[in-house]
Amino acid sequence: MANVAKRQFDAVIVGAGGAGMRAALQLSEAGLKTAVLSKVFPTRSHTVAAQGGISASLGNVQEDKWEWHMYDTVKGSDWLGDQDAIEFMCKTAPEAVIELEHFGMPFDRVESGRIYQRPFGGHTANFGEKPVQRACAAADRTGHALLHTLYQRNVRANTQFFVEWMALDLIRDADGDVVGVTALEMETGEVYVLHAKAVLFATGGAGRIYAASTNAFINTGDGLGMCARAGIPLEDMEFWQFHPTGVAGAGVLITEGVRGEGGILLNANGERFMERYAPTLKDLAPRDFVSRCMALEVLEGRGAGKNKDHVLLKLDHLGPEVINHRLPSIREIAIKFAGVDPIKEPIPVIPTTHYQMGGIPTNYLGEVMVPKDGNPEVRVNGFYAAGECACASVHGANRLGTNSLLDLVVFGKSAGDSMIEFIKNERPTHKPLPENAADFSLARIARLENQTGGEEVNVVREAMQKTIQLRAGVFRNSENMALGVKEIAEVAERAKRTQIKDKSKVWNTARIEALELDNLIEVAVATMIAADARKESRGAHSHDDFEKRDDENWMKHSLFFNQERRLDYKPVHTKPLTVDYIPPKERTF
Amino acid sequence: MKMQFKLYRYNPDVDAKPYMQDIEVELEPSDKKLLDALVRLKTVDDSLSFRRSCREGVCGSDAMNINGKNGLACVTDIAGLKQPVEIRPLPGLPVIRDLIVDMTQFFKQYNSIKPYVINDTPPPSHERLQSPEDREELDGLYECILCACCSTSCPSFWWNPDKFVGPAGLLAAYRFIADTRDTATNERLDNLEDPYRLFRCHSIMNCVDVCPKHLNPTKAIGKIKELMVKRIA
Ligand SMILES: Cc1cc2nc3c(=O)[nH]c(=O)nc-3n(C[C@H](O)[C@H](O)[C@H](O)COP(=O)(O)OP(=O)(O)OC[C@H]3O[C@@H](n4cnc5c(N)ncnc54)[C@H](O)[C@@H]3O)c2cc1C
Ligand code: SF4
Ligand code: SF4
Ligand code: FES
Repeated sequence: MANVAKRQFDAVIVGAGGAGMRAALQLSEAGLKTAVLSKVFPTRSHTVAAQGGISASLGNVQEDKWEWHMYDTVKGSDWLGDQDAIEFMCKTAPEAVIELEHFGMPFDRVESGRIYQRPFGGHTANFGEKPVQRACAAADRTGHALLHTLYQRNVRANTQFFVEWMALDLIRDADGDVVGVTALEMETGEVYVLHAKAVLFATGGAGRIYAASTNAFINTGDGLGMCARAGIPLEDMEFWQFHPTGVAGAGVLITEGVRGEGGILLNANGERFMERYAPTLKDLAPRDFVSRCMALEVLEGRGAGKNKDHVLLKLDHLGPEVINHRLPSIREIAIKFAGVDPIKEPIPVIPTTHYQMGGIPTNYLGEVMVPKDGNPEVRVNGFYAAGECACASVHGANRLGTNSLLDLVVFGKSAGDSMIEFIKNERPTHKPLPENAADFSLARIARLENQTGGEEVNVVREAMQKTIQLRAGVFRNSENMALGVKEIAEVAERAKRTQIKDKSKVWNTARIEALELDNLIEVAVATMIAADARKESRGAHSHDDFEKRDDENWMKHSLFFNQERRLDYKPVHTKPLTVDYIPPKERTF
Repeated sequence: MKMQFKLYRYNPDVDAKPYMQDIEVELEPSDKKLLDALVRLKTVDDSLSFRRSCREGVCGSDAMNINGKNGLACVTDIAGLKQPVEIRPLPGLPVIRDLIVDMTQFFKQYNSIKPYVINDTPPPSHERLQSPEDREELDGLYECILCACCSTSCPSFWWNPDKFVGPAGLLAAYRFIADTRDTATNERLDNLEDPYRLFRCHSIMNCVDVCPKHLNPTKAIGKIKELMVKRIA
């Protein structure tokens, strides 16, 4: 075997966004030797772009209860969320947010000195009665405030970061246990084996499988790709959230917090159309619902602009005071990316791919769970996942805004705790590495080095993005998705023969993008096949040929095994931890 | 539309020394920001290396020197740029490759100011209370994205990157001093009381001029100096 440098740690965390850094804090403070890998400097992770808020039933402005938050999340998920995990998250939320405050996060405040909270889509009081102010916010820079605070706290805890290191593959031994990862040090181009007692993936989303997305360039689903190649299935990949308000043409996000503060959506006729579709929650209905209404307005010819292809987000009536104080970055984004000053004019917006509800299957302890010998959920020893790359599943078929930042800190921490326990009780010493630990990654790199007659990475990536955009969009149908399955398989074949011209070692971004494409492709294939298979409409998966939710046949999670291109299913967890089951109902707002 | 560039290029694997490359690229109508143009350029020459992530001015990855001034490529409009657009890495830091600089020194200085709230009293079961007015003191301080546009435009930082904290680090220092929840003001001032760490700032204001988030490190530095003076008096 090629001579590859090895390094040993108690724990390896891949990803330094909100989830990775919350877990890192837990492990560092417990005194474990922990390596945190990130493709970018930690504060450049995409959590930094989150705007609107983090949910918790603190009740600082209006009465609130975690049971109401739980109900909203279950309903928001269109009953695909696991109710034990949802209970855990909503119940833990207040303490998790207070903890962030104690860490120094600069939340906005209300007169009493407590954290400011704003309304957000789908969050209600008293089981759907009326909107409630549950989103804890730092202006419209909540993600920035959260991520920097967690980084700062990790500086205090002396966490060891491996900045600009890209994990390449998961290392599993003959028992299927996880014993480490391979990783590429970008500055030198060297590959290392990182040997660990426990590994956490916190690699974020893969929104870049779509052509138009609110996601950063680096959101390429690496954690998912690594799992797919290592035989770990991906859960619920057909569910992608389309955020109602991406800047038309640019994709950059305008937070739902704008509507939380009183902004409204208008069609070309100046009509506040959401009143027609959702009489109670109006513009603050959940995202899947609002996005479909917007798409319908456009389809039916009431879109704004010269191409009638978007709708308008009006907020000038909030006044410069509120806009400058509560939504300063939104104003900046609108001016820079839409060319309008929202103090005077509405912002042109369209539904834009935003969030991946599916991911690496875990339970609420952050443990990765896969089917084995007829049991749908068996732990993969030594392997954990948290944040957007994981599927706990709290968001089910549709995530509520502000529930992701919450997911990061709640499950980042619980995964960290689980790892500490595992290392202490079950794996006090390292399990040996398999002999050929780095071979697979080295072969991938060698393939790129020696490829001839292949295609450019950006050409194949564009083909993938175009396919997914066209075939797995807001509205789906059988014919379109069947075509998508065929087309994405062809693109996947092309991706096996990508070629780069730059063969140098130091900071070779061409190589990095090629390796990222390998991951994107796995996600795209999983998305297309899982979407094509689900013959119902649920949450973000809106199927023209099967317009209704079908609980009898489809209230189940999908599991896609990439290597065999095989789909499996497992039941939704209907048993909460302590409270009563919330049975399915029709979703109206 | 064609656009002309003069790019700083250096790849230690193949180049004996850095050089300026003249290059032209055909842009698409959707290419609006300088970052779009660089991404387009990379499809022509895949060896061009630069950092980027969020493409919306919030992650701080793509700071570079654009026609002589530091800024973020992703929020710089292509329209209005003088051609050929001259692009260089951030000045004053070691270049690793092309537009990628080694930021170790910059982050070391940031870490040196203890960038976290220090408060040894046990936290209450709820929030540490803070009035909206006290919270407003943090506006203009906490929004820093650590892009290093400021510090790498500061002559004092160029000469003493190992000793002068620099505008970004000092802005952060004041962010914690100004936080009513932080109880370590004295310790923080001690940490900066040194001929170099703080006092190398001669209020040249380059930092203010380039900050893409419109922050004002000079003002924050002024406030720290004021506190120092008050403390002596
Ligand atoms: C514009 C925008 C606004 C949003 N606003 C909100 C909001 O207001 N409220 C809310 O709740 N949610 C919001 N969301 C969603 C939420 O921000 C994200 O889901 C969440 O931040 C993801 O965090 P994460 O820790 O899972 O991943 P990320 O923050 O994306 O971090 C991923 C990390 O993994 C690293 N990584 C990835 N691959 C590799 C690899 N191969 N090797 C090494 N490291 C790797 C990256 O470098 C990075 O450090 C928003 C999302 C977007 C895009
Ligand atoms: S004001 Fe001070 S910190 Fe800013 S550029 Fe000038 S010397 Fe540097
Ligand atoms: S102060 Fe401004 S220029 Fe300096 S690092 Fe922060 S955001 Fe960048
Ligand atoms: S790419 Fe993030 S600031 Fe420009």
